[in-house]
Amino acid sequence: MEHPKEDFVVLETGNCLMAYFEARKISKFFGGLAAVNGVSFKVEQGQIYGLIGPNGSGKTTIFNLINAYFPLTKGEILFEDQKISGLKTHQICQRGIGRTFQIVKPLKRMSVLDNVIASAFLRVRRKQDAVAVAEEAIEFCGLTAYKDKLAKSLPIAMRKRLEITRSLATKPKLLLLDETAAGLNPSEVEQAIEIIKKIRDSGITIVIVEHIMRVIMSISDKILAINHGMVIA
Amino acid sequence: MKRVYVPLALLIVLILFPLVVTDAYYQHLMILVLLWVAIGSGWNLISGYTGQVLFGAAAFFGVGAYTAALLLSKLDVSAWWGLPLGGLVAVLIAFPFGWICFRLRGPYFALATLALNEIFRHIATIWESLTEGMVGILVMQTFISKIPYYYIALALAAGSVIMIDVVTRSRLGYYFVSIREDQDAAESMGINTVYYKMISLCLSACVIGLAGALYTNYMGFIDPKVVFSLHDISIMAILVGIVGGVSTVYGPAMGAFIMVAIQEVFRSGGFGLLVKLGKATGWPVMATVTKYVSEAHVLSFGLLVIFVILYLPNGVVGDWSTLRKTLLFWKRETA
Ligand SMILES: Nc1ncnc2c1ncn2[C@@H]1O[C@H](COP(=O)(O)OP(=O)(O)OP(=O)(O)O)[C@@H](O)[C@H]1O
Ligand SMILES: [Mg+2]
Repeated sequence: MEHPKEDFVVLETGNCLMAYFEARKISKFFGGLAAVNGVSFKVEQGQIYGLIGPNGSGKTTIFNLINAYFPLTKGEILFEDQKISGLKTHQICQRGIGRTFQIVKPLKRMSVLDNVIASAFLRVRRKQDAVAVAEEAIEFCGLTAYKDKLAKSLPIAMRKRLEITRSLATKPKLLLLDETAAGLNPSEVEQAIEIIKKIRDSGITIVIVEHIMRVIMSISDKILAINHGMVIA
Repeated sequence: MKRVYVPLALLIVLILFPLVVTDAYYQHLMILVLLWVAIGSGWNLISGYTGQVLFGAAAFFGVGAYTAALLLSKLDVSAWWGLPLGGLVAVLIAFPFGWICFRLRGPYFALATLALNEIFRHIATIWESLTEGMVGILVMQTFISKIPYYYIALALAAGSVIMIDVVTRSRLGYYFVSIREDQDAAESMGINTVYYKMISLCLSACVIGLAGALYTNYMGFIDPKVVFSLHDISIMAILVGIVGGVSTVYGPAMGAFIMVAIQEVFRSGGFGLLVKLGKATGWPVMATVTKYVSEAHVLSFGLLVIFVILYLPNGVVGDWSTLRKTLLFWKRETA
């Protein structure tokens, strides 16, 4: 993606190497409640970065901050040497950060294919190109059998997979996965792990939130533990 | 194949219609149907496809109508220039309106369009030096025959249906439906929802404004009560949209046909049947019934909405397969 010149913010890198993605002391207060409180972390390109923490510890809120679903109360977020906090949600996606929702948001009255075509249109203009991108993403995530089904008719495992497929079709460089294995049976969890590994192998950096320790331990290169919106390990 | 042939056959029938049916009354009804196809299509784009319910279609219709009328009465420019300009002025109003309203989600847009409708009706009523207020504006009709109007209306109707068909199969259409289904998901897919809602609204306003300008040229007379009417334009537009089938390309066409027919049945008291019945039976009560029936169309519209929502939630076109099954079933039962 090309960016206009004035979007660049030259950063004081000092001696240390710039991280690919960096959250600097980000905070989010809902009224008096500090859902996220001064969290900092760096993600290197090509990593799978795990975020863990008990219920309500602020994991989803961190994603919502990165993706500008909520404005930051404090702090800043950098991606590829540029400040991205302050941009709008759709601009963040255009910059190359995709996300999935923990509470899935399928476009219910559209077929699986149409769901993915709609997001594929971010990078291509022509319909046939969008269809090609969408079909590739659907194949990649193993949703081909459900291609023509309405999104609302999918079982939960496939809805979770549709979330991933749809964000992959926007050709992200960094993908935020929010509990994509929650509510799945063991064999579905195995498949989800395979898909996530395949995504990493295709060169996409991943930040993943997961409750199932087995999942996060087996795939993460680095893990950050948070509680009450603060880093604990 | 069917995708092309059925509409093409229908178009040919419509082209031949005024040559076969020379009765001016039926030609008039068909012109109304065609106008409503355009308005219904405009409504369908923003409300059916994009999910932003337009409660005040009359705002854009009336603005288009007044643009045409004022061009003639104030600037002495042919009211026909009102066609492109009516569409344009409607867009010029839709643009800032959408820019303000689409930042908010939920029912605000629907309510705001209702307010917009009423604001314009009041302006047209009060600003007498410009609009002649309640007196209305008279525009000499260009043609005595209905046929030229018929073909212009047909072009507008066909144009708006084709526009919907092209738009909804393109990137825009995918974006509109995504926004309707889930705005958060759409944003996360990189869709600038405010921007695309505006595009959808502007396209809708343009078509509806064009229809308004054509209405002025065809009817030769407008006043605020008629062109900014809440029930005869705004609610009617919603009905045309939902009776035919929300977010279907041909829904508004079907809806326009049904709704104009129903409206006419009420307006004319069952095509004069009630009057005849009254005369034949000599019952004075029939005169009262006739009067009430012609005044009851607003109520009947309400009942129709309830019926459609209960039994045909996707409209006549959307639920066509269900409807056909039911009808076939009835036939089998009676046979
Ligand atoms: N929109 C909101 N308004 C007010 N409070 C919120 C909002 N969203 C989240 N919170 C609060 O912020 C805290 C963190 O929530 P968050 O959803 O980020 O937790 P989580 O770590 O994702 O939990 P889980 O494991 O259950 O998904 C919770 O106390 C939650 O109630
Ligand atoms: Mg969460």
